[in-house]
Amino acid sequence: MNTTTVNDTAGHHDHDHDHAPAGLMRWLTSTNHKDIGTLYLWFSLFMFFFAGALAMLIRAELFQPGLQYVQPAVFNQLTTMHGLIMIFGAIMPSLVGFANWQVPLMIGAPDMAFPRLNNWSFWLLPAAGTLLIATFFVPGGAISGGWTMYPPLYMQGGIAYDISILAVHILGVSSIMGAINIIVTILNMRAPGMTLMKMPLFVWTWLITAFLLVAVMPVLACAITMLLTDRNFGTHFFDAAGGGDPVMFQHVFWFFGHPEVYIMILPAFGIVSTILPTFARKPLFGYVSMVYAVASIAFLSFIVWAHHMFTTGMPLGGQLFFMYTTMLIAIPTGIKVFNWVATLWRGSISFETPMLFSLAFVILFTIGGFSGLVLALVPVDIQLQDTYYVVAHFHYVLFSGSAMAIMAGVYYWLPKWTGHMYDEKLGKLHFWLTAIAFNITFFPMHFLGLAGMPRRIPDYALQFADFNAIASVGGLLLGASQLLFLYIVVKCARGGAPAGDQPWEGADTLEWTLSSPPPYHSFVTPPLVK
Amino acid sequence: MQTHTNNAYYVPPPSIWPLVGSIALLTLATGFALLLNKTAAGPYVMALGAGILLFMLFGWFGNVISESLAGKYAGQEDASFRWGMMWFIFSEVMFFAGFFGALFYVRNIGVPMLADAQSLWPGFAAAWPTAGPGLKTEIMPVHAWGIPALNTLILLTSGVTLTWAHWGLQKGKQSQLKLGLAMTIALGILFIGLQWYEYVVLDFTLRDGIFGATFFMLTGFHGFHVILGTVMLIVILFRSLAGHFKPERHFAFEAVAWYWHFVDVVWLLLFVFVYIL
Repeated sequence: MNTTTVNDTAGHHDHDHDHAPAGLMRWLTSTNHKDIGTLYLWFSLFMFFFAGALAMLIRAELFQPGLQYVQPAVFNQLTTMHGLIMIFGAIMPSLVGFANWQVPLMIGAPDMAFPRLNNWSFWLLPAAGTLLIATFFVPGGAISGGWTMYPPLYMQGGIAYDISILAVHILGVSSIMGAINIIVTILNMRAPGMTLMKMPLFVWTWLITAFLLVAVMPVLACAITMLLTDRNFGTHFFDAAGGGDPVMFQHVFWFFGHPEVYIMILPAFGIVSTILPTFARKPLFGYVSMVYAVASIAFLSFIVWAHHMFTTGMPLGGQLFFMYTTMLIAIPTGIKVFNWVATLWRGSISFETPMLFSLAFVILFTIGGFSGLVLALVPVDIQLQDTYYVVAHFHYVLFSGSAMAIMAGVYYWLPKWTGHMYDEKLGKLHFWLTAIAFNITFFPMHFLGLAGMPRRIPDYALQFADFNAIASVGGLLLGASQLLFLYIVVKCARGGAPAGDQPWEGADTLEWTLSSPPPYHSFVTPPLVK
Repeated sequence: MQTHTNNAYYVPPPSIWPLVGSIALLTLATGFALLLNKTAAGPYVMALGAGILLFMLFGWFGNVISESLAGKYAGQEDASFRWGMMWFIFSEVMFFAGFFGALFYVRNIGVPMLADAQSLWPGFAAAWPTAGPGLKTEIMPVHAWGIPALNTLILLTSGVTLTWAHWGLQKGKQSQLKLGLAMTIALGILFIGLQWYEYVVLDFTLRDGIFGATFFMLTGFHGFHVILGTVMLIVILFRSLAGHFKPERHFAFEAVAWYWHFVDVVWLLLFVFVYIL
């Protein structure tokens, strides 16, 4: 780079005194990765409770056979919006919140590469969230054909369907800009000496996740743009009479949708891979193989999409191809699980709340991975397509996978972010309530699915009543337990025992070299990594 | 690449523009949804959103340009912009890849499957172009070696003139820079005009089955990108006239040039897969 800038230094130090700007404008106009990370995390927590409330209504309705509280049309809106908002409003933004807080701290960067763009990525989310929530109140109600938005069902709804497409477009813009920001930050802003293979695994998982986002969010934009023009401008992309094909939507959608699944789990892998070594007081076992495993999973995610569509009448060759590629994913995932377990092997383990969540993650995510393998088998999948077995599977990977890893990460980094220790007793209580209630809710769904109960149905045959009652009790307990989580987070943010710079003795990433909470502008001068 | 200079990385002060941009997109989307559902307020809300968006673009880019002129982007920041633009263009590549994927799917899988379903659509034969078995419209495709070939020539030439302008900039020849840019812009406008003419004289629309849908979606989004690229080139021309660019430091020019070449490559693929084949 050129060296004509020596005289510029005077202009640089006048605006970043180390205190945060005050008032509402601090949050509305922020260019600070920590503030924006906090915004992401609060936003996702709000959406988690909103979409969670929808899930409570679903479980209340399914507590017993027959129609109790909501009409079938409303029930369909609940399942659809629960999925859409949990994915795009809760899981993804919370992981981006972690990226915002942690990536610059872990690589020794002063901020994200594009701080203003970073703020835009965040503030687009409330815009899209407002549009999505507003659809409950428009004529005809919210979208109700499932979060996957399949035509021809999607052709038939009212204004909510157009609003939701535009909202997802806005979410896509936000994700693409956010992902570009993360990639550039990681590639360009690492402290001297921080080579790629010295990066904490969390940073690696986000680099690969951000690549997936840039690669597939535009493809989602294609899919929903075609929906929009089919609905409003008379195109026939998904209409056989005009030579189109509704199955084509599924292909385009799942080309986005399967990498999207890994977008939601890879950063969770990164969080768990950070926490397990800390509390096992051993370095992560097989770091290099972990990096390659994540990269392999990302690569494979592009060639497995049609396993979501085995019942659409695909040729045998297609079914076999997608079955085998799907089963291949078990190899890098198996490497990861093996490495996590090997990290624990002969470690001196302590069981603080983040560790409890991480250990539960390893066990429960693996169960979700196994049921995924079951679903990869074409003959089995054809039986289980759209049954509760699928619901059980993806809640094991998304709730006990992503969401519990997110909770682990929140407990792990809250002391750094706030400067206070969270309430360990309450944290452990929250963990046990969550882990037990989660399994009460979702484990019986495997049995329901194997017995043939279809998903997205407000009423069911009598033989499914017992397991549904159990699942509903578990679900309501699971939901109520999360209020405890909110209480613990708020309590920790407002005060508590001082955390000290390094509350976890086994942690060795760069953020622990800073004070807790870190200065408003950290690593303005990059640290030297050995 | 060791990019850390004595300067700290430039972290801009708080900015109102991202929030303005979010309000703009929220208004624009609301207006569009209202418009699509035949609500009288729709166009006005949309226009308001577009206005706010323009306001944001002027404000935000104005901010960036003045920071650039103040020399704040001299070191590591420059590499960030380069990476950022590359990944943005990659996302655009994937956007077009999605629509090309749809085209390849219907041509190789969707339409042949409909022809196989003789019990559903008796007498329908797989052919391209087609408006599908239910519409019974005869499609007269565009003759590739007329306007499309001319447009190919125009865009390829515009790539040459743009590079020539870049050489002028690098050698400090201001007149070559301005002339090259002006020629590139003129060629861009010529392309858009010819494409517009082609749309007018065509006897099929995007309502005419899968051929019309894929044709207009692909060429339409491409044309939209050419318009955007031309606007960007015009901005670059004005900035050149204002003397913003130095022979060794002119990333805005390069970013727009990358974008222009990207649009050019998309057109070549369009020419082959939409017009010729």
